[in-house]
Amino acid sequence: MNSKRQNKIAIGALYGIAGLVVLILLALLGYILASGVPQLSWHFLTAPAKAFLKGGGVGVQLFNSFYLLILAMAISFPIALGAAIYLYEYARDNWVTTTIRTAIEILSSLPSVVVGLFGFLFFVVKLRLGFSILSGAFALTFFNLPLLTRSIEDSLRTINLEQREGGLALGLSRWETVTRVILPAAVPSILTGVILSAGRVFGEAAALIYTAGQSAPALNFADWNPFNISSPLNPMRPAETLAVHIWKINSEGIMPDAKAISSGSSAVLIIAILLFNFTARYVGKRLYKRLTSA
Amino acid sequence: MSKEILTTQDLHLYYGEKEALKGINLNFDAKGITALIGPSGCGKSTYLRTLNRMNDLIPNVTITGTITFKGENLYAPNADTVEIRKEIGMVFQQPNPFPFSIYDNVIYGLRIAGEKDKEKLDAVVEKSLRQAAVWDEVKDHLHESALALSGGQQQRVCIARVLAVSPEIILLDEPTSALDPVSSSQIEATLLNLRHDYTIIIVTHNLQQASRIADRTAFFMNGELVEVDQTKNIFMNPAKKQTEDYISGRFG
Ligand SMILES: Nc1ncnc2c1ncn2[C@@H]1O[C@H](COP(=O)(O)OP(=O)(O)O)[C@@H](O)[C@H]1O
Ligand SMILES: [Mg+2]
Repeated sequence: MNSKRQNKIAIGALYGIAGLVVLILLALLGYILASGVPQLSWHFLTAPAKAFLKGGGVGVQLFNSFYLLILAMAISFPIALGAAIYLYEYARDNWVTTTIRTAIEILSSLPSVVVGLFGFLFFVVKLRLGFSILSGAFALTFFNLPLLTRSIEDSLRTINLEQREGGLALGLSRWETVTRVILPAAVPSILTGVILSAGRVFGEAAALIYTAGQSAPALNFADWNPFNISSPLNPMRPAETLAVHIWKINSEGIMPDAKAISSGSSAVLIIAILLFNFTARYVGKRLYKRLTSA
Repeated sequence: MSKEILTTQDLHLYYGEKEALKGINLNFDAKGITALIGPSGCGKSTYLRTLNRMNDLIPNVTITGTITFKGENLYAPNADTVEIRKEIGMVFQQPNPFPFSIYDNVIYGLRIAGEKDKEKLDAVVEKSLRQAAVWDEVKDHLHESALALSGGQQQRVCIARVLAVSPEIILLDEPTSALDPVSSSQIEATLLNLRHDYTIIIVTHNLQQASRIADRTAFFMNGELVEVDQTKNIFMNPAKKQTEDYISGRFG
């Protein structure tokens, strides 16, 4: 009787907490979207920003965010995948792997502003990359690599020993077992990890302020030669992202419609992250099918 | 050439310091079913896994003695474990189909070996699934996930997967202990079908199962081979007292 009631109370409390979390999330999303979506227009999404006049857009920032995201992912994903495969599938437990793991642990708990400062000192100043997409992408890689490695390693861990033995017992080599059995089986879970980290990277501001910079020179979207300074693809140009833009407007924005632009940008950021999740899920399923029936 | 396809001489295996196999001498003729029985922890799985070198995966394992497969030393320095495992396939206690379609599961070994001919692959899928006695149940959804099948069907797909790479020897480690009685008897029927074409070595803790399907039975205890003989003799007329005690359920 007593324990039954305790149980009921506990379950009630847990439901309450879960409900509260969902409520907070919905309220946040609702607030951001409600105040931001009315600001959205094709003009807002594509026009360059204006420093002290009304009516600027976030086109350049939006492009920068995606470009940086893609570059950062292109650099960090192969490294993280290789590291995770090595650590989980090949390395035996010894002091080398323990050291690597500890390093990853520490790296992943560094505040991103510290990563940003390191990026500033090392990439921007020391390697003379300047405030540039490249500096930003390297900083994001540092920020992203440890978490991505850990999440891929966790994905590999979810594939149980029986699968590995099944592959080996069929006469597959170790490498074939990893690439043809374990990885395909782990794709959905790896992809979830990649999406989550993409969302974090996309929304990251602190690591970029001193690396990719806080200015977004107008781009010529007709010029795709990466060596031209106004080309969107030029990796050496400074590139304020959407998240940095929000931070900047709120701290020192002097345009008359700063509040509206900040709300609009936040809505764009949230919508983009939500879109990631949905499309990536779809892509994940497709990819899984292709890998397993090639 | 002798009829013996697989021989083990004075086989010792140590997990670190612990001696798990204490000098096993046991040979297998080509074709037919041999059952390995004995109390749990006596080394049956360990022994079975030395036969296709699956113990190589475990750190700190030391193996001494000789195992030959068709006259060649399995543990020779230049022996190719990948080739060995194609000749000596293995089915595990827990059905472990890959999370792919049934079709892909069966042809996975061949496909990775580079076989591309669709007709040939189709033929192998059908033949293997028929041999494993699961064709009729799965033929209409070959392209659906193998994970959607029942445990017994999964296990037979795993057997088909091994058959598809045409091994000479099939090792099975308690393949029915995770299955219900009906599925178990289907697996047994499958094995009886295969015994004319393959050398089958099965670990089982189910004595009735051994007596139903095995031509020969080997009794292990404490890392030693106590006795091996025709199944009939082991069950009706064992030579050793320990065997008799175990068979009559006095321990284990
Ligand atoms: N990976 C391992 N590491 C250390 N000891 C092991 C390992 N696998 C099995 N053993 C030990 O070896 C002995 C034989 O085990 P096993 O071959 O699994 O027995 P069985 O299959 O007959 O139940 C047991 O005492 C077991 O604890
Ligand atoms: Mg066992």
